[in-house]
Amino acid sequence: MVKITFIDPDGKKHEVEAEEGTTLMEAAIRNMVPGIDADCGGACACATCHVYVDPAWAERLPHLLQRSETEEDMLDFAFDVRENSRLSCQIKITADMDGLVVHVPQQQG
Amino acid sequence: MPKQGATEGPENAPATGAAKVIETDALIIGAGPAGLFAVFELGMHGLSAHVLDALPQIGGQCTELYPDKPIYDIPGFPRITGAALIARLKEQAGLFDPVYHLRTRALGHETLEDGRHAVTTDTGLRFIAPVVVIAAGGGVLEPKRPPIPGLAAYEGRSVFYAVRDREQFRGRNLVIAGGGDSALDWAIELAPLARRLVLLHRRETFRAAPESVRRMREMVKAGEMDFVLGQIRGLKGGAQAGLEEGALAAVIAAHGGETFEIPAERLLLFFGLAGKMGPLADWGLKMEGHRFVVDPATFQTSCAGLYAIGDACAYPGKLNLILSGFHEAALMAHHAVSRARPEEAHTFMHSTSMALLRDRLG
Ligand SMILES: Cc1cc2nc3c(=O)[nH]c(=O)nc-3n(C[C@H](O)[C@H](O)[C@H](O)COP(=O)(O)OP(=O)(O)OC[C@H]3O[C@@H](n4cnc5c(N)ncnc54)[C@H](O)[C@@H]3O)c2cc1C
Ligand code: FES
Repeated sequence: MVKITFIDPDGKKHEVEAEEGTTLMEAAIRNMVPGIDADCGGACACATCHVYVDPAWAERLPHLLQRSETEEDMLDFAFDVRENSRLSCQIKITADMDGLVVHVPQQQG
Repeated sequence: MPKQGATEGPENAPATGAAKVIETDALIIGAGPAGLFAVFELGMHGLSAHVLDALPQIGGQCTELYPDKPIYDIPGFPRITGAALIARLKEQAGLFDPVYHLRTRALGHETLEDGRHAVTTDTGLRFIAPVVVIAAGGGVLEPKRPPIPGLAAYEGRSVFYAVRDREQFRGRNLVIAGGGDSALDWAIELAPLARRLVLLHRRETFRAAPESVRRMREMVKAGEMDFVLGQIRGLKGGAQAGLEEGALAAVIAAHGGETFEIPAERLLLFFGLAGKMGPLADWGLKMEGHRFVVDPATFQTSCAGLYAIGDACAYPGKLNLILSGFHEAALMAHHAVSRARPEEAHTFMHSTSMALLRDRLG
């Protein structure tokens, strides 16, 4: 199990345990983390699973900021897109992500 | 030829005044692929259905989000577009004469003393049925609203999510935000009408038809519209700008750490659609996120006679696939018929042995 922390816009922390090989979005939905809607169920077709990778983690695992072309396209439908924006359904959890911190945006839409 | 189901036939026109009551075997909420196939499955069991959808057309996500995209995982169809699949589902369902009520949203629910369900709509209808099937997908698809403080005051007055009356934009400073087909199509179309049109998008790349992108760039070059890189941050207007409530003065945008204002009297936002379960989520049914928890043997929700199928239901291993919605519709109908017609004996029958289908389809 890998520990992931979602921090909402008010600074409230939601710590969850996630299984390797599942996605960050699934971890959020299973644990009912508020602010992750994931309308399309992980098909990279809705952009309602938007998160910001914590800058310290982006530095530690730079590949966490790599977005595919489809993901980049879908981010056009998200708000306040930043350099560290990701669609959480497109991040597969690996062992080296233990302790990962991501921030939930103010609103998914 | 199979008869096609009537679309808002005259017999369904809401009576003026009090709610019009419609009694039916089954009420299906949502005309996506799951709801349409449910009409057929219920019909095979002798149950007739009325179908509601909030949208102006049937087909759910397939027609609203990807009518021209090919789908590759429908059994028996190596490749079929969203729109073509819906046309076929409609033909198949039409065999059982469903009545469609479009632009009609399900609102309230109550269980009657006799165990049947009453469902009210925003158009003043009241359906009474022993079987209600929630095939509402992810909910009613509505335009995404950016998280801007005070946005509501501008909506419908100077901020819009669709173009109903293009005269609204004549001679105005207009900002269009977004980078998809809707944003580009409307920018191209409204630029000649607007005083000045600014297309605001977060990057140079557009996810839109190449022809539209080419045309837009041409128009920018010719000075017929402006393209600004950036994302929307806020709105300026109303009393704070010495204007009436809801009147827009400028759009506040940011790019690369810089914040700037673009003069605007009108703003069109195109950030796609998101599903809102809305009133159905308040029916008191057991839910998991935005989905209704069902028994995967019967697709009944936590309330007897209320079923959920398609993207709207949740059970262990659930996949949001059209294929799954079909399976769920079949099992639901098999269970629902014993509830709607408890006095009759129900036997499982293959479609190949059904006289009615043979008579109508040959
Ligand atoms: C871009 C994209 C590509 C996809 N590709 C595939 C694919 O290749 N293969 C596949 O199997 N699946 C695919 N899907 C998923 C598939 O479209 C969905 O699983 C399917 O549409 C779900 O069908 P449904 O009938 O359950 O719900 P929906 O299609 O979501 O339809 C639900 C309907 O209910 C209506 N509704 C909701 N609430 C109410 C209410 N209160 N009152 C009245 N009406 C209401 C809505 O307006 C909507 O029309 C894709 C989805 C997307 C977005
Ligand atoms: S869940 Fe829809 S894009 Fe991630």
